[in-house]
Amino acid sequence: MTTTLEQPMPTSITNEPTWLAERRAAGIEQFNALAMPTARDEMWRFASVGRLSIEGFNPVEAPSADKLAELVERSGLVSERAGRSVYVDDAQASFEGISAELAAKGVIYLPINEAVAQHPELMEKYFLQESTELGSEKFFGLHASIVCAGSVLFVPKGVEVEQPFVNYYWTSGERAAVFPHTLVIAEDNAKASVVDIFFSDTEDNEALNVSVSNIHAGAGANVFRKIVQDWNEKTVSFQLDTTVADRDAQVKNVAVNIGAQRARFENQTRIEGPGADVKMYSLTVAEDTQEFDQRTFQTHNAGNAVSDLLYKNALLDNSRTIFSGLIRVAEGAQQTDAFQTNRNLLLDPTAEANALPGLEILANDVKCSHGATTGNVDEDELFYMMSRGIAKRDAMKLMVFGFFEEVIEKVESDELAENLRELIRNKFESKIK
Amino acid sequence: MNNTLEIKNLNVSIDGQAILKDFNLTIPKGEVHALMGPNGTGKSTLAKVIAGHEDYTIESGEVLLDGVNILGEEPDTIAKAGLFLAFQYPLEIPGVSIANFIRAARQARLPEGEDVNAVEYYKELYAKMDALKMDRKFTARSLNEGFSGGEKKRCEILQMSMLNPMYCIMDETDSGLDIDALRIVSEGVNLMRSEERGFLVITHYQRLLDYIVPDVVHVMFDGRIVHSGDAELAKELETKGYDWVKEEFTSATA
Repeated sequence: MTTTLEQPMPTSITNEPTWLAERRAAGIEQFNALAMPTARDEMWRFASVGRLSIEGFNPVEAPSADKLAELVERSGLVSERAGRSVYVDDAQASFEGISAELAAKGVIYLPINEAVAQHPELMEKYFLQESTELGSEKFFGLHASIVCAGSVLFVPKGVEVEQPFVNYYWTSGERAAVFPHTLVIAEDNAKASVVDIFFSDTEDNEALNVSVSNIHAGAGANVFRKIVQDWNEKTVSFQLDTTVADRDAQVKNVAVNIGAQRARFENQTRIEGPGADVKMYSLTVAEDTQEFDQRTFQTHNAGNAVSDLLYKNALLDNSRTIFSGLIRVAEGAQQTDAFQTNRNLLLDPTAEANALPGLEILANDVKCSHGATTGNVDEDELFYMMSRGIAKRDAMKLMVFGFFEEVIEKVESDELAENLRELIRNKFESKIK
Repeated sequence: MNNTLEIKNLNVSIDGQAILKDFNLTIPKGEVHALMGPNGTGKSTLAKVIAGHEDYTIESGEVLLDGVNILGEEPDTIAKAGLFLAFQYPLEIPGVSIANFIRAARQARLPEGEDVNAVEYYKELYAKMDALKMDRKFTARSLNEGFSGGEKKRCEILQMSMLNPMYCIMDETDSGLDIDALRIVSEGVNLMRSEERGFLVITHYQRLLDYIVPDVVHVMFDGRIVHSGDAELAKELETKGYDWVKEEFTSATA
């Protein structure tokens, strides 16, 4: 069967600059040149690549105005914000731009096509410049060739924006393929935060997501990105995210993953300047036959910097998770502190958690740790809690939420934290018998 | 019988090995009983079995709380019936705050559809923490996580006083405590002594009983009580040591 995705054509936006047309063409080339992943590929070890098919998914037409309005209405996870975009099937449903005050300071928050038109130099420098290296290069190529939806946030030198910019990416149409893109550029000593939220219109609308997010944090910049992935369980999702941190930059990524039938998450952090501090936190709740496939890469090209990764997974039913993390400390990157922890809580004996931690250290004065633990609910803890009068089911819930809390509290927003707890509660409240 | 915790002819084994052998003990409300004995004699097993731990095989016997047999019930049912076990080694529960934990335990005691009154709850919680010299900031901390030995035991006493049990079993509460912590914990227990409540204080050492003065002292050996007396017995044991118990009672129980 021939589909658009199998023989992609570049998105043609009128008057698109040459550099972008070239990047799209290169994307197609990359997509065509690379084979579909197989289970034999080291970067796809343990993954059910057979369930990865992109066949039959296509970019779809924009939904009706009523549908767009409805989903804008349902985009209410974060009320205090500096801006908000809502996309449905890659069509722009709403774009709340920034205040005049922020605009006067030089802050830019725009849909990517407008950013390309209005700020071509900025976009040429940063847009589609960071590919993944963790196995989904083919899909990055597909994304590059098609991407037309997403937000660009640029915060200039020394400007601090406290409130987050919130991007909602919805799917709605039949077998829709979406290619959302979030680009964050924080110049030296700038402060910015974004929330990316991935939602499905209904429980059943099948969809394919190939999203890319790139963070560029300049010297001394502070960037906080939160990700809420709550697709329905008929979605195949790829999230290809990168962070580049310059000298003394502080970047924090917090991801909460609840949805999708099969979710592949590639997260790369590259430290390019001393003093940088990058945190990567993730929490995943897997149920039914869901598969969450997480690949991470912490690269230290400069010394005296810190990267810290904590991925926690709770698994129910027949779900699977794969965590594969690599830390690479380049030659000369002395005094590096790089940490990587993966914790898996198996709530059912039929669930399966795979962990592949890895280190590659070319400097000699570093502090690195990596570790993975997989365990069941602790019977002694359960007895302790029950001995206070708490019923088994309630004790288990408390423990599971306790397990999550370490990550949830890192979102540093009471409203979002409570909304996340609610999403998680809805997902598995009925599951713990 | 009403107003007693009564353990009758309790026989318990693990992996086919008998641990409690026809164990008998009656604790009336209003009294503090101390249970002493050498290590490995079955003291902690007794505490866990009464509280409903499922790792042990109950061969026969009864544990009556005011005349109602609770032996073999689920731990939460036993707790709600009025028993509290202060653990020798309280578990660390990451991500579950003390305040939320005790609140969940209180909530479990309310009828369906009723909720804990948050204002009153915190007022009571803070008052009791003050009495135990616990920093109020502890309410937000994960239960027992990273606590010192003394903080863990204080937290046990805090839970005990918040849950208002009829009978309290304290398993080696003095282990891992320095003198200051021992004093604070003991004061907490003494404040709870009342005509409405019975205590079983399990300890290996006599020093705890300088602070929590018992009405009755029992010596346990090889799965049963071999000797009982008043508070003086604890001091006698301290002087003579447990070797005396072994010599005195090994032949008698053989």
